[in-house]
Amino acid sequence: MASTKDEILYDHNHDGIDRRGFLRCMAWAGTGAVCVLNGGVLTSYALGRGGENGVKIPKGELTFVQISDSHMGFDKPANPDVVATFQAAIDKINALQVAPEFLLHTGDVSHLAKPAQFDNVEQILKSARTSEVFYVPGEHDFVGDDGQQFRERFGKGTQGAGWYSFEKKGVHFVGLVNVANLKAGGLGSLGAEQLEWLEKDVKHVKSSTPVVVFAHIPLWTVYPDWGWGTEDSAQALGYLKRFGSVTVLNGHIHQTMQKVEGNVTFHTACSTAFPQPKPGAAPSPGPMKVPAEQLRTLLGVTEVHYKKGQHALAITDSSLG
Amino acid sequence: MQRNTCVSVLRAAAMVVVVLLIAGSAARTSAAENPPGLQVTIDNFSFAPATLTVPAGTEVTWVNHDDIPHTVVSEDKATFKSRALDTDEKFSFTFAKPGTYTYFCSIHPKMMAKVVVQ
Repeated sequence: MASTKDEILYDHNHDGIDRRGFLRCMAWAGTGAVCVLNGGVLTSYALGRGGENGVKIPKGELTFVQISDSHMGFDKPANPDVVATFQAAIDKINALQVAPEFLLHTGDVSHLAKPAQFDNVEQILKSARTSEVFYVPGEHDFVGDDGQQFRERFGKGTQGAGWYSFEKKGVHFVGLVNVANLKAGGLGSLGAEQLEWLEKDVKHVKSSTPVVVFAHIPLWTVYPDWGWGTEDSAQALGYLKRFGSVTVLNGHIHQTMQKVEGNVTFHTACSTAFPQPKPGAAPSPGPMKVPAEQLRTLLGVTEVHYKKGQHALAITDSSLG
Repeated sequence: MQRNTCVSVLRAAAMVVVVLLIAGSAARTSAAENPPGLQVTIDNFSFAPATLTVPAGTEVTWVNHDDIPHTVVSEDKATFKSRALDTDEKFSFTFAKPGTYTYFCSIHPKMMAKVVVQ
């Protein structure tokens, strides 16, 4: 594998980003900071509520938004109204300076894979200012029927448990399923058939083409005790080793987390339904109850910009409140 | 002498009858009340007790007290397999044959436990 340094080269900005700038950047995400990762160099632009310091967010040639973990149907104290917060996420997307070309939903669309729950999400997404939505399933979407309904609704043209790829504006997108055939005591799993497909799929893609991989469970080991990882992701990442820019977008953990390893940027998005505790900070990864006025600060969406000629993608997390 | 023996035999018989009656009513009570030894509680992404030991023919009931749904699925995914249990929902399975039955939650596979049937 190429360099496994986790450190990021930094670029001093007048707002005083230092070597921990990346982490500070992530802490600012709730207030709408824009972190632009550009060829391994991080620059940050602190953004006030109305962008009052006048800094222009770099416009990409391709803009899309990642949403995740809507858990339609959840109704426990951590968030008794996931419909309202999902609608708030769509409203937030509709208020973006640049309308996203499409949305990526990284799974747990529903809470229990019930038809009404899927219906609800599709209904609300009709009001999104975008032309299409791409999905990958979460484990909650596989409850009861191993994803059959999910594939019928969202998986046209996909293979196996629902994997697929497509190209947009010179970027190669790959949707993977790591929530099928989960084994007792195991983590997420891609399986031999999907890995074989992936190897063939990227074989003829030029190394200079940016690749975006999206899947529900993180493709790096965030916290194995809580199942936050994928057993056979190393093999998948091996097929992507030669690419100059790989962005991995995941959900499942209901909090933003980011890691850079050589040419690969891993990013997890917030949920639009409920937050979960930081790894090991609670006895279990269940829904985390917070005071009502804090809830929306811990939910969010992720905007991604791609500018042609710049291999790395710019990732911005913003909270709902 | 004969009378005393007679009385002893009668007493013994009475005691046996009483014991049988008590045993009978105890069995009826346990079937109705589902004592804690035959129940598994699901909470905080774990099954409690992690190992439940029961005699063959026992019906075990799982109840989900967590605020997230879970399933109860045998490791082979065939012997028993519950639907998704939301909060307060239950699933029962009768273990007819002795053996060790490892099971897990198919939604959160790190959750594992076992039933030992003797």
